[in-house]
Amino acid sequence: MPAPRVNKKWYWLLLIPYIAILWIPSYNRLEPTAFGVPFFYWYQLLWVVLSTLVIAIVFHFAHNAPQKNSRKP
Amino acid sequence: MNITATVVFVALFGFVTVLGFVAARWKRADLHSLNEWGLAGRRFGTLLTWFLLGGDLYTAYTFIAVPALVFGVGAFGFFGVPYTILVYPFAFIIFARLWTVAHRHGFITPADFVRARYGSPWLALAIAVTGIMATMPYIALQLVGIEVVIGALGFETSGLLGELPLIVAFVILAAYTYSSGLRAPAMIAVVKDTLIYVTIIAAVIVIPAQLGGYAKIFAAVPPEKLLLKVPSGDDYSGYSAYLTAALGSAFALFLYPHAMTAVFSASGANTLRRNMMLLPAYSLVLGLIALLGFMALASGVREMPEYAAQFKQYGANFAVPALFLHSFPDWFIGIAFAAIGIGALVPAAIMSIAAANLYTRNIHREFINPQVSARQETQLAKIVSLVVKFGALAFILFLPQQYAIQLQLLGGVWMIQTLPAIVPGLYTRWFDHRALLAGWLVGMVGGTLMIASLGFKSSTFPLELFGYRVSGYAAVYALLLNFAVSIVLTLAVRALGLQAAPDATQAADYEDLPEESGIASADTASLPPVD
Repeated sequence: MPAPRVNKKWYWLLLIPYIAILWIPSYNRLEPTAFGVPFFYWYQLLWVVLSTLVIAIVFHFAHNAPQKNSRKP
Repeated sequence: MNITATVVFVALFGFVTVLGFVAARWKRADLHSLNEWGLAGRRFGTLLTWFLLGGDLYTAYTFIAVPALVFGVGAFGFFGVPYTILVYPFAFIIFARLWTVAHRHGFITPADFVRARYGSPWLALAIAVTGIMATMPYIALQLVGIEVVIGALGFETSGLLGELPLIVAFVILAAYTYSSGLRAPAMIAVVKDTLIYVTIIAAVIVIPAQLGGYAKIFAAVPPEKLLLKVPSGDDYSGYSAYLTAALGSAFALFLYPHAMTAVFSASGANTLRRNMMLLPAYSLVLGLIALLGFMALASGVREMPEYAAQFKQYGANFAVPALFLHSFPDWFIGIAFAAIGIGALVPAAIMSIAAANLYTRNIHREFINPQVSARQETQLAKIVSLVVKFGALAFILFLPQQYAIQLQLLGGVWMIQTLPAIVPGLYTRWFDHRALLAGWLVGMVGGTLMIASLGFKSSTFPLELFGYRVSGYAAVYALLLNFAVSIVLTLAVRALGLQAAPDATQAADYEDLPEESGIASADTASLPPVD
């Protein structure tokens, strides 16, 4: 059976959104505002987009990219 | 009564009804097999899975309740956003793996997996019963969503005559789900999601312009509602409640039977992975919808005499419908309300299918009639899906709405108790099935007692720990109890030297095969099982 081309080391990156979001003191404030929206709200909305990027990167490198060491010893 | 809005609403409802029946013809196959009726042959590619999961997870009730919570309590209500940020990285890893093993073995439900992995019909029964109990009130709540918009169109929604539109909508839903299975909500989800996106984009452009910009909207919100309560002294509740609500909801979401059904119907593990990267588009919409709660506050709809009666009947749930009535022209109100109304049909259909699959597979075939044929099994599932839906309808018609809301609250606390059996089970057989069953029971009872101690009004349990107050989502605390019992009893079972039941899965069943992961094509028919 051929070894699947999967590189799970990239999965560690998925912790980034968790750290950002669970660290509440870093964003529980009003300033700076963006278009009148307090920081608390726009920062979390921004992380919706950033978490998508993180997942896209992980998907690409872990599952979609050709890998040199596709076979485990 | 608003005639223009009602005409648009009814026309869109009529359109999706036709679509629901036509859906049976999509990629025509034998709808007498449960794999076809209940999972649409596991054939949904990236785009259709995206519409289906989006239409399934972001329900009508979400669109009503999230802004209602922001409208009522402010910043805490925004936890829906971090919740949906945290759910996808988790699901990316876990549920692609679950899909892979389910595909190899032909599992239809999460309880099927637990049955095969742990060899225990009783643990599988616990998973199935939890799923059914959590799903029933959730379906009932979708009806609450429809009821609020029917009320907002200017119809009286009390009394038997008043409930008639709701009954008609549900009979239609039941009929096309019966005939088309999962294909119907998948097709309708495309319409629903399109309407939702149109409505929300219009709302976040038009309404702030009318209200004088976002700065003015937030200035109208009482300052103490704008941020979470900063910890002071030994009270960390402001942060711990937000954090546990987001985490607990994220971990529970994909364990719900309706989420699992959509996951299993995907055509490949990579189809799912791609979806975890694309589904946050809905989270963005959810975040904007949450902000509608503040817009409703700023617009002052609560004080307007023309909405007083409906606010009295529906409470904060009427905030967004009132805001739409106040801000949009009649024809667009019809579109916006249709988005919410149809938004209730999609999850209600999938939930009833998922509950039917659980009953048929893990209760009927396991304990009542093991000799059931594939055709009988499907027929039974179709009938159970009807029973489930009419049960939910009866619930809303004959019991106070408050019961459905309280049971839904409990549903989340219950659902997460299936996590120890399912998620670690995808990686290891270390846990003993008897220990998991005991942990599940302790989690269920403990979580229910926590909610009961709050009078079923809130799910934020005021925990005191080492002199600190860390109030948090009862589901998370009950889950910790569940894990503690499962671990301790597993060690005890090992020490006693009791035999483990056989495991029907193998390590390789959980890993992608290159040809199966959906790289080449996302819409091919199922491959034959590998084992």
